[in-house]
Amino acid sequence: MIIPHPLLGPRDAQEFVYLGDASLIDRPDGLAADAADRFHDYLYLRDNPAGLHRELWYHEQGDRSWLVVTRNTLTHEITQVELARDVARARGRGR
Amino acid sequence: MPEHRLAPLTALGHPDPMVVTVGPVTLAEHTDIALASLAARRGREGDVAAAAQAIGLPLPGPGRHAAGPVWSAFWLGPDQWMVEAAFQTHEDIVAVLRPAFGTAASITEQTDAWVRFDLAGDDLAAAFERLCALDVRSMQPGDASRTVIEHLGTFVIRGRGGITVLGPRSAARSLHHALVTALRSAF
Amino acid sequence: MTQDNRIAGGQIDRSRSLRFTFDGLPYLGHPGDTLASALLANGVRLMGRSFKYHRPRGPIAAGSEEPNALVELRSGARREPNTRATTVEVFDGLEAQSQNRWPSLRFDALSVNDRLSPFFAAGFYYKTFMWPAAFWEKVYEPLIRRAAGLGSLSVQEDPDACDKGFLHCDLLIIGAGPAGLAAALTAGRSGARVILADEDFRMGGRLNAETHAIGGQSGADWAAQSVAELAQMGGVRLLPRTTVLGAYDHGIYSAVERVSDHLAEPLPGKPRQTLWRIYSRRAILCGGAIERPIAFENNDRPGILLAGALRAYANRWGVAVGQRAAVFTNNDDGLRTAHDLAAKGVEIAAVIDTRPDGPRLADMPHFQGAEVIGSAGRLGLSSITLREASGRVQTIRCDALGVSGGWNPNLGLTSHQRGRPLWDERLAAFVPGPDGPPGLSVAGAAGGHMSTHAALQTGTGRAVQALSDLGFAAVAPEVPRAEDAPVSITPIWYVPHGKGRAWIDPQNDVTVKDIKLAHQENFRAVEHLKRYTTLGMATDQGKTGNVLGLAIMAGLTGQSIPQTGTTVFRPPHTPVALAALAGRSTGKAFRPTRLTPSHRWATEQGAVFVEVGLWLRTQWLPRPGETTWRQSVDREVLATRQSVGICDVTTLGKIDIQGTDAGIFLDRVYANTFSTLAVGKVRYGLMLREDGIVFDDGTTARMAEHEYVMTTTTANAVGVFRHLEFCRQCLWPDLDVQIISTTEAWAQYSVAGPNARRLLEKIVDQDISDAAFPYMACGAITVCGGLRARLFRISFSGELAYEIAVPTRYGDAMIRALVAAGQEFGAVVYGTEALGVMRVEKGHVAGNELNGQSTALNMGLGKMVSRKKDAIGMVLSARDGLVAEDGLRLVGVRPVDPAQPLTAGSHFLAQGAPATAAHDDGWLTSVVYSPNLGHAIALGYLRNGSARIGERLRAVNLLAGTDTPVEIVSPHFIDPEGSRLRA
Repeated sequence: MIIPHPLLGPRDAQEFVYLGDASLIDRPDGLAADAADRFHDYLYLRDNPAGLHRELWYHEQGDRSWLVVTRNTLTHEITQVELARDVARARGRGR
Repeated sequence: MPEHRLAPLTALGHPDPMVVTVGPVTLAEHTDIALASLAARRGREGDVAAAAQAIGLPLPGPGRHAAGPVWSAFWLGPDQWMVEAAFQTHEDIVAVLRPAFGTAASITEQTDAWVRFDLAGDDLAAAFERLCALDVRSMQPGDASRTVIEHLGTFVIRGRGGITVLGPRSAARSLHHALVTALRSAF
Repeated sequence: MTQDNRIAGGQIDRSRSLRFTFDGLPYLGHPGDTLASALLANGVRLMGRSFKYHRPRGPIAAGSEEPNALVELRSGARREPNTRATTVEVFDGLEAQSQNRWPSLRFDALSVNDRLSPFFAAGFYYKTFMWPAAFWEKVYEPLIRRAAGLGSLSVQEDPDACDKGFLHCDLLIIGAGPAGLAAALTAGRSGARVILADEDFRMGGRLNAETHAIGGQSGADWAAQSVAELAQMGGVRLLPRTTVLGAYDHGIYSAVERVSDHLAEPLPGKPRQTLWRIYSRRAILCGGAIERPIAFENNDRPGILLAGALRAYANRWGVAVGQRAAVFTNNDDGLRTAHDLAAKGVEIAAVIDTRPDGPRLADMPHFQGAEVIGSAGRLGLSSITLREASGRVQTIRCDALGVSGGWNPNLGLTSHQRGRPLWDERLAAFVPGPDGPPGLSVAGAAGGHMSTHAALQTGTGRAVQALSDLGFAAVAPEVPRAEDAPVSITPIWYVPHGKGRAWIDPQNDVTVKDIKLAHQENFRAVEHLKRYTTLGMATDQGKTGNVLGLAIMAGLTGQSIPQTGTTVFRPPHTPVALAALAGRSTGKAFRPTRLTPSHRWATEQGAVFVEVGLWLRTQWLPRPGETTWRQSVDREVLATRQSVGICDVTTLGKIDIQGTDAGIFLDRVYANTFSTLAVGKVRYGLMLREDGIVFDDGTTARMAEHEYVMTTTTANAVGVFRHLEFCRQCLWPDLDVQIISTTEAWAQYSVAGPNARRLLEKIVDQDISDAAFPYMACGAITVCGGLRARLFRISFSGELAYEIAVPTRYGDAMIRALVAAGQEFGAVVYGTEALGVMRVEKGHVAGNELNGQSTALNMGLGKMVSRKKDAIGMVLSARDGLVAEDGLRLVGVRPVDPAQPLTAGSHFLAQGAPATAAHDDGWLTSVVYSPNLGHAIALGYLRNGSARIGERLRAVNLLAGTDTPVEIVSPHFIDPEGSRLRA
């Protein structure tokens, strides 16, 4: 596969390491009262869609950016690639 | 630099850099460049740009290398560069850079983390197409990219007269073997 | 032998002769010949034996689709089995041997299988070799393998190597026949980057095999002229001898280039083959078409070929396969063979056309509405039997028969991404469906455009479309005038006559009867049919026979061919040598080797090295007189504990972490706290995965207010860095923290033992007394008169110890300086074995304990997990399943009888308990011999272990056959109070 890196253009997927569902960005607060339940859901309950999937890829043999890649799991078509840092901020993560 | 009694070895394990010629190409180990990573601290990107400008350090954009009279640099990642200077005069490169950037940047010595090979000659792409997935034929002088050569994370930098490869120092011999093998295959 | 069957014409260089041998006999060929064409020219039709029945076989094709003529090439270490004689280029000195026969090709003892064929029908193996199960491995499989073989390997190291490489282009054109050449000319003239790949050594495709004219010149001349023009274009790369093997996502194709296969051996440094990974923006498949046979009784004799192959041998190679030829066809194209052969002066014995109403050929015996119903000839064709339209049967003497059942578009690549071919009634063939790989279009016969004119036109048209998609201004050149005959075919798949066998897949010996048997036994779906009969599962992947098989199945089930469906194709398009997939990654170059800074010195000392990931580390350093590794290791351990030892610890991962939030960041990635660590101090850190299991451990030093140096285990250096980047970018994107690996930048040595400080005082320029540099101190220093360095007072061995780091280029000088400084103390350099002994003696966990299943609690480090802050893994490390009071705990183990050894991996069992999983109480993770204690010691995970110190259990290892009484002790065998560390 070819992943169109937002900064570096098209790069072979062999340069990347796959992690999984982009929802891993949404890490719960470990000090919250219901943290145990929320971490269970966060870590173990994932969707496995046949179709569009937002997933985390790491450009290990490149600029070390984590990317959120929107990929169709049936066709491997990639429709969107974003820097995970930007996605994380947009989803309210900060310090 | 203060005098000390320790003699350096090159990454290939010799007192002097190794130069080999394969067909029209010269492959030379290069030991006289000091390296440091420079990363802008959060919110200090402007200060870093200003400080760099003040000392004549170019900070190129993604996928690029820029050369200056004393300082050169290539892009590593967002707000992060690898800075180059002559080893002879800048061996303790962090100590030289830090006063210029103060608390605006994180600076880390990288000199001996890397082995550097310079290749000079015509049609180097014929060898590089056997080494890495980069479209070396289309690379312009100043293009710089990290990629994989024989499982090793390396930087490939296109210069005016040739190509520079930076690879992990501990695997210098393996990388050298890969480069020589590709050159023999291509030429 | 003489080239009795060589006739005029062809694209061979008759001015030069090439000597070669086949089964030891000498022959002559010419440059331009394939092994098959040269053998046929020499009158050799018999080239192999079939897989199952050992039937005599000759080539049926003239290209890579060939199922029969598989031969071994060369001798010695370069021997190569299963190459197709139809694609092998003859070179001077070529040695070829037939295979799958014994004792000789002409007399093959196992041809008795042919007489036993009723027993070897489809499903034979499944039905016969079922029981007893134990017989499979020892009896059946070796038996089958000996009998049903292809060629054999040399079983010697390959003296040649293959390359792997990467190519980039705007447009990849696959196949250099009329369509491919037209596409390449169009694209090349537009300035696009073009790769034109063709599996043949001579580009032109069928133009070289036909007599068609293009624009007033011969097709072959037009092809040669086009190739010459393309070769002059800077943006066009011609790859002859290159087969495109697979179509992958996003325009990536694999291809193998046979760089040196046409030479006796590769030129120095050159690869035998190159496996290319081609990145294309667009691609056009111009793979042409492959002819298919019509099955009839005994249709597998040498001399019976596909009609298109028969005329290819005549037109391209100047070879008449026989002196007296016949043609059997159901379509107009087959008639061309009769026409071309006759024009070359070959006597045409008969033309048998299954159609009563096809075009009438004058001047030759032409039987319309007739069928071939059998053949004769022991090792090659001598006659055929035909049944005329009237029903009259007659036998006709001939030594070559060309059979044409129609042409199948060569569309394999279009279904590599699950694209489904569609049935075209007009062509009676499958054509590419609309769901092929994105970016790939199809031109020429591969797309069902069968005439030369249509090939040129679609090649040009597809190229213009692709170029316009890519933004090139492409001008469609005028298409030269060429043959444009329509396809005229009345499909017939097999001749239903006689009780004998009619072959569909000659390599795997699948016959019409096998299809009928599969139908009878209800293996009717195409995928079942394929696996039950092995149809199309041979090295040719059924390129000639598959459609016949499923058409016959369709007839049996009464369904249409589209309803019956087709199997889809997968890469590789043709067989590929494993050596090409391996590339240069063989032997010592299989993967890179990482060398430590002390490597050169250690090599001089005769060190024994061990692979640790990619690293080579010193395992131990034997001294003269030491004959076992234990002697060396024991000496290294004792000397270190008694005086001082030096160890290269460069391989541990080092990550530089800076930024105003570096401390907060570390608090979140480590289970314990780092923001409170004083500048100039080091702390041991435990890193968890989010699921609460221990990920990694190491020390992290605070070098300055906003600057830390983290160390990781050697194995996890890359993984930890990746994890830190994840935390930094995805979880807390606004923390001010920057990280970079510095593992390779510093040569780092551990100096451990009671004399460690005294040794280092001779090296370090600053005061390192206990007051100035106490336990767990760290800082920048200089060494040997001014070299910048770092010092960490940390210990893995449990002794007074330091780790000292210098820029890597000085690492060699540093180990020599340390050894010299240590001479007066009797210092040793120790390797990983001694390191392991000392860490077990001290009770430190390492890889065997950090096994990806264990928690901090298991390791006895539960108190390190702070509950006051949110850190990775903190929440889930407190899960019910992980915090059981009686869970596994790290313990020390010693044999009750000090003379007894222990075995790592042994399981704890109570006295008298049966050795079953239900009674398993844990296991021994690490076992060493402690020279300090004089007996074996071990670490282990024991159920409720902390409460069981002093208990006596058994360490049972069923694999090693040991059952050893052991005593559970504290994991801290040496200096449990830690007074040595602080000395």
